[in-house]
Amino acid sequence: MNKSIAIKWIFSGLLFGLSLLSLPAQAVITIEITEGVEGAIPMAVVEFDSASLPLKLKTDVAEIISQNLNRSGVFKVLNASKYPEQPHYSKDVVYPRWRSIGQEYLVVGRILNKSGGKLDVQFQLLDVLKQKQLLGYSFPVRLRNLRTTAHEISDLIYEKITGTRGAFNTRIAYVSVHGQKNRRYVLQVADTDGFNPQTILESDQPLMSPSWSPDGQSLAYVSFENKRPEIFIQHLATARRSKVSGFRGLNSAPAWSPDGKQLAIVLSKDRSADIYVMDVASKKLRRLTRHRAIDTEPVWMPDGQSIVFTSDRSGKPQLYEVSLNGGSPRRLTFEGRYNTAADVSPDGKRLVMVYGEGGQYRIAELDRENDNLNLLTRNKLDESPSYSPNGEMVLYASTLGNKGVLYMVSRDGRSKHKLSDQQGDIREPVWGPFKQNRQ
Amino acid sequence: MNRYLSAGLLSLLLLAGCAQQPEAVKNQTEQDAAAQQAGQDANGQTGEGATPIAGSDAEASAMQQDTLSAEELLAQPDTPLAARTIYFDYDSAKVDEDSMVLLEAHGAFLAENGNVRVTLVGHTDERGSRDYNLALGDRRAQSVRRILLFQGASTDQIDTISYGEEQPAVLGHDEAAWSKNRRVELQYQVK
Repeated sequence: MNKSIAIKWIFSGLLFGLSLLSLPAQAVITIEITEGVEGAIPMAVVEFDSASLPLKLKTDVAEIISQNLNRSGVFKVLNASKYPEQPHYSKDVVYPRWRSIGQEYLVVGRILNKSGGKLDVQFQLLDVLKQKQLLGYSFPVRLRNLRTTAHEISDLIYEKITGTRGAFNTRIAYVSVHGQKNRRYVLQVADTDGFNPQTILESDQPLMSPSWSPDGQSLAYVSFENKRPEIFIQHLATARRSKVSGFRGLNSAPAWSPDGKQLAIVLSKDRSADIYVMDVASKKLRRLTRHRAIDTEPVWMPDGQSIVFTSDRSGKPQLYEVSLNGGSPRRLTFEGRYNTAADVSPDGKRLVMVYGEGGQYRIAELDRENDNLNLLTRNKLDESPSYSPNGEMVLYASTLGNKGVLYMVSRDGRSKHKLSDQQGDIREPVWGPFKQNRQ
Repeated sequence: MNRYLSAGLLSLLLLAGCAQQPEAVKNQTEQDAAAQQAGQDANGQTGEGATPIAGSDAEASAMQQDTLSAEELLAQPDTPLAARTIYFDYDSAKVDEDSMVLLEAHGAFLAENGNVRVTLVGHTDERGSRDYNLALGDRRAQSVRRILLFQGASTDQIDTISYGEEQPAVLGHDEAAWSKNRRVELQYQVK
């Protein structure tokens, strides 16, 4: 992670400001690029032609794709003002023009009228050096789903070039807090670029620790609506919710098992915070850890056979792993005085955590195969790291001024982007799973 | 519920002048006025006008038991009972000696007033992860609970809750704010 080769570049704001103007009013988060990457793959995404439509589109599909690809840190999308031509079909592309300005890939597309009130979004991904098409798709979509289509296209492009499934067409959940004296806590779900925020729950008491069910249909979270921390599960589409844990003391840090049938939770009903596993259907509890120290922040390994958690049994909080079959927890972190709030990469080989040392709390990644610890961030108060479902990005919260803000950082730490909120103090972001209805 | 709320409100009001050392000095004039007022209510025990020492004051409150109700005792300013916040070091749930003296008075008061309930609300500063802090706030409340039980309070008088870092007393990102946020608040209810 050599900082000196990472050139900082600030998007002029002009391009960005313009795209903002054309967005729906409910958008509360926008992406600001804070650090870019040298060595990212150069490519261009030409504005999609929509001249044949009877309406003027507010949604700029090419812009959404460009922002997504830039945010990944894998690509560097050329500023549209530098494009030598504006082709919309592969047959119109003069490849040498793009090659001469160093572009390796090119995306062209158009949005056409389709019968039945639908649009037909067509795009082609072109290899500039080989002068051939790599991908070509046509999406029949309703106008209101145009943004989603732009994310789907981003995923297809990302996967075709990198070989890794894209995670742009997924969602994030987070808690935002509004007001100083009379605080309002809002649990929200939004697209990964911060658009389309939906309020899941509002409360005048704290909301905490959202956790996605593996099918992406429900959230578990902690609510203080009864003046104490209790765990609820809420189905997103129907807003149906139920309290699943309201014991004396703590009911906190819910985490769904990979099969969605169990919830790891933290209870202190037996006086010290310990990890329990609850069967979601029967609510039956099983105690997994038993120690007078704090045991909290459980997260499941992808195989569902063990749980990584935070414990201060050594005197300072560190990460441990315990098998679902019982046995003694094994300590995983040894570097740094404070290692908490782990998330596990989808392949189980890496952990991200809050790493506290020298009065700074940063996000670090532990490579479990060689025990290397890599610092991904360098702010003072970073927390709540959460992997994207493809494991390539980490979403986390930081503090800027007196507000909580969200960032995304690529897993190598080289590319970092801020999601800035216009309203409220944002915290506890958690990245949802892949959507399941993918063909 | 009303009582609960008013007790909470009261503790908030009293927070402003609670018994950390610097404030105690600042409150000297209020203290004199309070001593005079107490002199009218009780049997002249507080007439000396000297700065009350915590231990002897606990005894004094025990002696006043016959004449003052639990509510009246709680309403008296400038007694150890009026101090309802216990502060902690970073990532610690250990109660320091000064706080111990306060908690002895609270424990004795609970032991002598079975109709009184207290909720111990644990809080932390903002640093580190939220769920760990929620557990740390819980542990702080538990350690205050243990002390109160040791002083003679009974288990059914005490409830504990943690808010972790969710409800700071003071906003800010420095030790001045953090030191005020690492706390357990005692919220009384009289049945």
